[in-house]
Amino acid sequence: MTNKPISLHKISKQVMGINRLFSLLVLTFAVFGLSFFAVAQTEGNKTDSVKEPAEAKKEEGKLDVAKVIFGHIADAHEWHLFAIKHAGGEETPVAMPLPVILYNPEKGLSVFSSSKIAEGGEYEGYVLDKSSAMKEKIIVKGHPAAKIYDVSITKNVLSMLIGVVLLLWILLKAGKKYAANGTMTAPSGMQNFLEIVIIFLRDEVGKPCLGKKADRYMPLLLTIFFFIWINNLLGLLPGGANFTGNIAVTSCLALLSFIVILANSKKHFWSHLFNPPGVPGWMKPMLVLIEIISLFIKPMALMIRLFANIMAGHIVILALICMVFIFAVINTYVGAGFVPVSIAFAIFMFLLELLVGAIQAFIFCNLTAVFIGQSIEDPHEAHDAHEAHA
Amino acid sequence: MDLLTPEFGLFFWTLLAFLTVFFILRKFAWKPILSMLSEREKGIADSIATAERVKGEMSQLKAENEKLLAQAREERTAMLKEAKETRDKIVGEAKDAAKAEANKIIIDAQHQIEQQKNAALTQVKNEIGSLAISVAEQILRKQLNAADGQEAYMKMLADDIKLN
Repeated sequence: MTNKPISLHKISKQVMGINRLFSLLVLTFAVFGLSFFAVAQTEGNKTDSVKEPAEAKKEEGKLDVAKVIFGHIADAHEWHLFAIKHAGGEETPVAMPLPVILYNPEKGLSVFSSSKIAEGGEYEGYVLDKSSAMKEKIIVKGHPAAKIYDVSITKNVLSMLIGVVLLLWILLKAGKKYAANGTMTAPSGMQNFLEIVIIFLRDEVGKPCLGKKADRYMPLLLTIFFFIWINNLLGLLPGGANFTGNIAVTSCLALLSFIVILANSKKHFWSHLFNPPGVPGWMKPMLVLIEIISLFIKPMALMIRLFANIMAGHIVILALICMVFIFAVINTYVGAGFVPVSIAFAIFMFLLELLVGAIQAFIFCNLTAVFIGQSIEDPHEAHDAHEAHA
Repeated sequence: MDLLTPEFGLFFWTLLAFLTVFFILRKFAWKPILSMLSEREKGIADSIATAERVKGEMSQLKAENEKLLAQAREERTAMLKEAKETRDKIVGEAKDAAKAEANKIIIDAQHQIEQQKNAALTQVKNEIGSLAISVAEQILRKQLNAADGQEAYMKMLADDIKLN
């Protein structure tokens, strides 16, 4: 009993060390990746414009894989379900229209159905700009730069709302069950499953990272975990949205955890940050700079890790599925022959993503706990912990 | 780059939804669940402690019971022994008393026999005395009649006495 917390604390410290390194690596890769991405994109645009006359014919009726994949990855103002192919080769997309809510400082609030601006339509002067494959945007017709606030219930927002309703339904039901059955009854059904997860998070995340103050932060950590997890799982359903693989979502969650980290930080944390003990004077400015950078890297890493993992998973699954159609372009039989291989890989990736969905939710929750633990560390406890290490 | 610029709308809705979920769940799910869990853990720990204590008490009780049983057994043996002794004593006393009574009766009987014998002897003696007197009287009377007759008679009387 005496050894466990110390060893866990030790592990979490080690994990933190690795994690700091990992954060730096992620940032480096992210920066390089972004620049590469940007270059690739401009190049792609260039090639598109160059090849346009030749490719235009070819693209009709054939598939643009990048467009398909990013069409699934990106947020949309309608929930695209499937397309009906007519005899003439024309396609009618079947999609669920979603409410569009716009606020224009000049024109005020407008709310209308997304079906009004679908297929190049115009409503109240707004049109849907689909020039970027990765993101569609509502703009004022003729004034693409005009500032408007788009708070539409998009595909991702609806997916999140479904997730939230599910989460509330499951957890409030479980909560009621506890109140109804009393303390000393064995849990049953969903409650049983939830209890395993809750106890695991409390004993393996909350207590090792936050010690006695774990109870205060457990609601936040549990909400983060379940919110991310259920949305990860919903995103894996066929036709599901890529909610947790969207940078707006992960940046929001990372910002919230950053605010909690800062709002609960103690004097000890800041004194260590601005005046690292046991360091020669001339090194201090450099170290302080690094510490300040690392302070901001923490939420950045949280944001990028979740976003990149989930988006990558979606892209890989979609790419594997798309391979069937890529091969089908060469030859219908080759495409059909590739179906089992593609399906096998996609199933493997899907199962992997089920795991990743839980792991990423856990990591987000765990790292938030670790960072909060660092910021609320007490000088006495820290001293004891250091002695325990020695 | 479009993929990496967060949209305001989604950010806004996520923030709103997350905070709503957080506050609702904190009040109606996490707090009751976590408190119930820790309560149950405490309850289980208490139950185990109680069971352990009861077990200890039981073994103590058992030991006490055994001790009591052993004591009772010892007491029973002692009582049996005592009872036997008492019985032997009573029987012995009764025997002694009976013997004494019997001796007393025998002695009394002997005394009575002796007395009656003495009385009988006295009577016999008296009888003999009176007989002797009456014989002497008759002898005296015969002597008075004839010397021979008297002598024969005396002889005959003397023979009678001898026969008796």
